[in-house]
Amino acid sequence: MENSMMKQVAKKKILGNTVKYLLLAILAFIVIFPFALGIWTSFLPSMDIAKGTLWGGGQLTLHNYVTAFTQTKILRYLLNSLVIATLVTAAHLFFCSLGAYAFVFLDFKYRDFLFYVVLGTMMLPFEAEVIPNFATVKMLGLLNHYSVMVIPFLTSAFGIFMLRQTFKQIPRDLKEASDVDGLSHWQFYWKVVMPYSKISLCTLAAYSFLGAWNQYLWPMLTTFSDHLRPVQDGLRQLQSEETFNDWGMVQASAAIVVVPTLIVLYIGQHYFKSGLNEGSVK
Amino acid sequence: MGIELKGITKTYDHSEKPVLSEVNAEVQDGELFVIVGPSGCGKSTLLRMVAGIIPISDGILKINGQVMNNVPPKDRNLSMVFQSYALYPFLSVADNVAFGLKARKMAAAEITQRVDDALKMVNLTKYRDRKPRELSGGQRQRVALARAIASDSKICLMDEPLSNLDAQLRVRMRSEIRELQRKLGLTLIYVTHDQTEAMTMADHVMVLHDQHVQQIDSPLGIYNHPANHFVAQFFGTPQINLLTATTSGNGTATQLIIDEYLQVSLDNPIAAGTYTVGIRPNQLGMKQVAANSGNATVINVEALGDQTIIEAVMDNDVEVRIVKDGQVHVELDQRVAVTALGPAFVFDDHEALIAEQGGVENDRIVAVN
Repeated sequence: MENSMMKQVAKKKILGNTVKYLLLAILAFIVIFPFALGIWTSFLPSMDIAKGTLWGGGQLTLHNYVTAFTQTKILRYLLNSLVIATLVTAAHLFFCSLGAYAFVFLDFKYRDFLFYVVLGTMMLPFEAEVIPNFATVKMLGLLNHYSVMVIPFLTSAFGIFMLRQTFKQIPRDLKEASDVDGLSHWQFYWKVVMPYSKISLCTLAAYSFLGAWNQYLWPMLTTFSDHLRPVQDGLRQLQSEETFNDWGMVQASAAIVVVPTLIVLYIGQHYFKSGLNEGSVK
Repeated sequence: MGIELKGITKTYDHSEKPVLSEVNAEVQDGELFVIVGPSGCGKSTLLRMVAGIIPISDGILKINGQVMNNVPPKDRNLSMVFQSYALYPFLSVADNVAFGLKARKMAAAEITQRVDDALKMVNLTKYRDRKPRELSGGQRQRVALARAIASDSKICLMDEPLSNLDAQLRVRMRSEIRELQRKLGLTLIYVTHDQTEAMTMADHVMVLHDQHVQQIDSPLGIYNHPANHFVAQFFGTPQINLLTATTSGNGTATQLIIDEYLQVSLDNPIAAGTYTVGIRPNQLGMKQVAANSGNATVINVEALGDQTIIEAVMDNDVEVRIVKDGQVHVELDQRVAVTALGPAFVFDDHEALIAEQGGVENDRIVAVN
């Protein structure tokens, strides 16, 4: 009796799991297929792609990658993006944490009001700011220069918001303890707040890096020369420059461009583990 | 390193009413001074004012004879242990202990020496490289203590350091802290809401309530001569019984009558009127009587083995607690006659102590020989 009931329950469970995993598999396929197709294409000879024989045709080859590296400026694009994204990330970590520190640990008039103003800027989509920003950088004479892709992005309201939330979690007692030890604001910021918030800082770093890496509209508007172009615009350039579209090579370039993103995400997720801060206070 | 508080008052900007007013106290060099009171009485605020973490609104704070009101915390030369321990989660045990010393720019060799000594003193030497999250609650507590030990300051402030520990550990840490304080000759100000901690650890106790200092005395001084209702009720478990009594006859009298059975006689007469009489549970007598006599009904009996706590409702609806030595068998709903054994406190209508009957002399003073 009991045995048969257990069997029934087990059967139901298996059935439920089957349906669940089937649905997940379908969804996963829909999401992953375009990427898989892209990567697959990047290994096919151009002739096969042109003829449309994607499956079971000729040989797989690395030829497209070799072409991408040797015939195009993709290395230059990668370098540009790396420089820009690194600068932007570093600036975000520094300025956002300073801003957030002020909003949490310093007492000044209109503190909360100012914070809401900062939050308010998040409501405005970047596209809406493009024209005034463009006018500004043009007047500053920054067009077609590295700095035009860095300076407008030195800080981020989202970063300040996110770090403020994190800093607010730091127990008041830690601040008081370091007051007793005679730490200045700078020392407290550097020796306690930053290491305490390591996880959030890594998250923000990954987020900022990806954001800068994937910039497309702004660099397209403000830079005109090939040697300044970041990757996303570079990709677009490759596609429009070629007389006949070498899709294999374009796909190979796209795959190359995605690799740093994956690395950042991989390193990032290593830090996203929660619980690293347990045990400071009960 | 004595500490002197003169008329210390704290008012926050947004409110008129002070959270602490006119606190006067003198903490002797090398003593363990406990500030006790219910939560929200301002005891942590007072401690933080001594530490210099929050500014003093009014009054004078002297440490070692020098006015300290506007001196920043680190120059007051004291250490502090927090309720939450305030350990740095990203630093190892040894680094946590060394943190404050490094901040004070002590020489590296001296830091190592002090950290080693402090960790040894709290038995954490083999855990020195662990992170706080890899320690138990009691061990974290010890790290916090080691931090205070390692600092060279002779004044230590503790803010409810044991309230996160379980009961057994708390008892052990109580004596460990006491021992450390004696060994290092620390002047220790210890904040707690637990009257047992105050009773067992303190050289002197300050009772805070309602923004005011209620009483400062030695633990037994407070137990034996509570200045008012609040102090009487706060110290001693089970709680003291407060009963309304009137004097017998007209004019001054030596007899206070609560009811037919329960009366207190005083050595010195007091003016006619109505008073509140405080009688400790162990100074109430109880006799089981027949159903239609007596002055109270038993509603609860707690047998602790070596003593029995009996709760009863008097006929005027006041609950009383009676403690009897040994194991007493009483049924619920049993009628009893509650009587006074002698010692009692008399409070006036401002809740202040005006007379006591045999407080110290008779209350469980046992000759040892």
